[in-house]
Amino acid sequence: MIQAVDYIRVLPEIVLTLFGVAVMMAEAALPPRASRRPLGWLAFIGTLAALVATIYQARFPGTAFFDMVRVDSFSIFFHFLIAFIAALVVLASFEYLDTQRIRGGEYYGLILFGAVGMVLMSSAVELVLIFIALEISSISTYVLAGFRRRAPSSIESSVKYFLLGSFATAFFLYGVALMFGATGTTRVYMIADAIQSGQHSAMVFMAVALMFVGIGFKVAAAPFHVWTPDVYEGAPAPIVGLMSTAPKAAAFAVLLRIFFAAATPGWFWPVWISAALSMTLGNISALVQDNVKRLLAYSSIAHAGYLLVAFAAARDIGISAAMFYTAAYAFMNVGAFAVVSHFAAAGERYVTLEDYAGLGRRSPLLAATLTVFLLSLIGIPITGGFFAKLCVFSAALQSNLVWLVIIAVVNSAIAAYYYLRIIVLMYMRDPRQSAPPVESVSIPLKIALVLSVVATIYLGVLPGRVLEYASRGAALLVR
Amino acid sequence: MNPHGAAINSAILTLVTFVPLAGALLLMLFPRKDDLARWFALIVTLLAFIFSLHLPLHFIRGASGFQYEINIQWVTSPNIHYHLGIDGISMWLVVLTTFLSPLCVLISWKSVHERVKEFFILMLMLETALIGVFVSLDLFLFYFFWEASLIPMALIIGIFGHKRRVYAAVKFFLFTMIASAFMLAAIIWLYAHTGSFEYAAIQAAVQRGQIGWEAGLWCFLGFFLAFAVKVPIFPLHTWLPDAHFEAPTAGSVLLAGVLLKMGTYGLLRFNLGLFPEHARENAPWIITLAIIGIIYGALVAMVQPNLKKLVAYSSVSHLGFVVLGIFSFTQAGVNGAVYQMLAHGVSTGALFMLVGILYERRHTFEISEFGGLATPMPVYATFFMIITLSSMGLPLLNGFVGEFLVLSGAFQAKAVYGILAATGVIWSACYLLWMYQRVFFGKVKKDVNATLPDVSTRERIALWPTALAALAMGVAPLVWLNAIGPAVRAVLAPLAQMAEVLAR
Repeated sequence: MIQAVDYIRVLPEIVLTLFGVAVMMAEAALPPRASRRPLGWLAFIGTLAALVATIYQARFPGTAFFDMVRVDSFSIFFHFLIAFIAALVVLASFEYLDTQRIRGGEYYGLILFGAVGMVLMSSAVELVLIFIALEISSISTYVLAGFRRRAPSSIESSVKYFLLGSFATAFFLYGVALMFGATGTTRVYMIADAIQSGQHSAMVFMAVALMFVGIGFKVAAAPFHVWTPDVYEGAPAPIVGLMSTAPKAAAFAVLLRIFFAAATPGWFWPVWISAALSMTLGNISALVQDNVKRLLAYSSIAHAGYLLVAFAAARDIGISAAMFYTAAYAFMNVGAFAVVSHFAAAGERYVTLEDYAGLGRRSPLLAATLTVFLLSLIGIPITGGFFAKLCVFSAALQSNLVWLVIIAVVNSAIAAYYYLRIIVLMYMRDPRQSAPPVESVSIPLKIALVLSVVATIYLGVLPGRVLEYASRGAALLVR
Repeated sequence: MNPHGAAINSAILTLVTFVPLAGALLLMLFPRKDDLARWFALIVTLLAFIFSLHLPLHFIRGASGFQYEINIQWVTSPNIHYHLGIDGISMWLVVLTTFLSPLCVLISWKSVHERVKEFFILMLMLETALIGVFVSLDLFLFYFFWEASLIPMALIIGIFGHKRRVYAAVKFFLFTMIASAFMLAAIIWLYAHTGSFEYAAIQAAVQRGQIGWEAGLWCFLGFFLAFAVKVPIFPLHTWLPDAHFEAPTAGSVLLAGVLLKMGTYGLLRFNLGLFPEHARENAPWIITLAIIGIIYGALVAMVQPNLKKLVAYSSVSHLGFVVLGIFSFTQAGVNGAVYQMLAHGVSTGALFMLVGILYERRHTFEISEFGGLATPMPVYATFFMIITLSSMGLPLLNGFVGEFLVLSGAFQAKAVYGILAATGVIWSACYLLWMYQRVFFGKVKKDVNATLPDVSTRERIALWPTALAALAMGVAPLVWLNAIGPAVRAVLAPLAQMAEVLAR
């Protein structure tokens, strides 16, 4: 029986869909020459409404729609995070669309639709529904990646992302099919029962491996990371901020559900290897990048690696560490890309490291903001990035993964170098002769930056509440 | 004690630590007026100094253990406490920091003329981080301040330094950052196996044998690496000459005066305090490195054609004494090591200030550019003389007490350590007096030097306190030592017990 409370349990999805549709309708109604800003504000209100819906929804934990959707602290955590990221990205996009002369209200609609998919991914507990949610989120981001229509790199980015992404989702679907074949069900918690009752075969291992490949593509974990730098380089900067955080958070949520809630076997070594590879390849490749977007792309691969370290760690403590990491990573990365998007100027011309020389002199506030995000990415105290790393490493050490932690520690030391390069350029070098002008920051972007900085420092200084919430979610997940 | 006093005592460390940070945050909101920033920074640092004087005045001497403690839960999971407290060792290091900071503001008054506001914001932030390192009794909190001190220092070097500042700043940052990553790993490992970041709790767990021998060794080495880079212990010292040379004067003063002490303090507090058995086991090679550092630093200092580099290398030599004293495991040696930390902070801080004053007038550090400066700058020459002698270890000045105690401790431990290290005293007399002779005596060789103005009133105000402190610490060492002694005894207690067991 479908009850009224079932609809509350998908309320953020409903709200986001309605606002997304409203944006599309309004887009058609607006005259072609008119500014698309009102649509942006409408989308922003939509994300705020989704945040409110999430808070309201938190009072009604339980399952809905024949046990396909489950609302618990775990999914609320991700709902909140995804809606927050979407809000930040919408705010960061206003100015970007104006300077790039992109007139398309569907841009905002697609962000909302993408968010619907991601939110659903984190609360779905049925593999087919997870697959559908994954597709909703992916297809929106494929289109968004190609939104700088006039730039060939953006088209390349979109096509590459689409082809490899569909390939990856096919892997995931195969995994789902095999899992169904092995256990006779696609419900996550029933799979757990089937596996615990001991009736699993080699097919389960295949299924887990295939699903890991599919999700590995989505989170850009090595060795499935090759698409990342090209796609991030071509896609619009605020969208990179979105797709390097929100869909990843959702994909990690799915992975957590499959690994821990369904208690599947056989993923430990693949995850261990993938974590070590992602950290090492990501950081070493980032060392030699001259393009800020590519550099951050490789850094995001490395961070996926740190996150996977938490997966390899013991159950509940590792899960809460992973959840905290996704949150901390999201704010610093969205923030960093927001600064990049402002600074890139029309046609994204200024994205090489050299363009950042002397930024500390030309635009002290923007440079200081970016510095906070970069320090957090390095993992320096009083930032969220530090606490996140601390949680992950201590979870891993408590599970005696000493070697993985040593790899991670060495990697974070390597990583310090390339983040530091940007800071050094900004503060210690003089601007070039032909230095690009820095325009003043528009108010919505300012709000987005302030929120990201506040969130990053909040997670670094007072991580208690978020950590507690994460560990409550983790406890529920493993039952 | 009355309840009012108790309230002050638990809040005083928080106050001393965060007054500079509060000042930095306020300064951010100020309009961009250079003089305003200077005066404000001076007032804030003086305020912190005055508050910090409460610590020695109300310190209960003779008592071991930590005082002025405050312990509040900060994060429940992981179990992190905001736990501050000081003993006789850390108290004086805090006072040293707050003592040098206003002098740094004074000495940067004119020499920093671009981005003045940013400079003082960074300096105040640095002061909070430095004090925080010395007062933290929670390992997490300690690491937090430890890393937090890195950024402002690197920025001060990289933005306000001399020609090769960027290279020096990056080198400094990477050296310390990479080394402290290993300390972080050790801290997390200890947390994972004891469930606590509390200093006392981890100490108790190690004593109970909860940490295995081999694991303890790795943790010991993790901490040691981080501190050895900071001190710096030979052969990890290569960042130091660059960083000192390229830093602006105030940066060098804080770097030599306080930052290096973070390393030796860490060795004493953590390597000795947490892992006494491993410290005893590893002492021979550490002492060997320390003695190499003493002699090597002195010899390299002797051949420096450059004043600032000479002072920088003399730090390598002097800090070698501190490490030697710490790992002699004798009461006299460790007392002397702590005293030497303070003395070196005052006299090398003052030396960097003096060298900086000269640079402001001539824009060079080359010794060959000077000569006969005593004629145009008599007051300056006098100050320089006093500080040189104190750095050399002349009796009745501060350097003597520390070096004497360290050497007597080293002789108690093993005569050969004492003999080798004692040559360091001779070397330091050589390079310092030779330098002094070349710079100040003889005839004025260059015409520009003949008309150099002597120290101004502002510079005098900055220099007098250091000269007085050097004298006071040389004449009345007991004022300092009677607080240091009990704390050192507490650190050495487990080692003494071990020695008794071995003797039986």
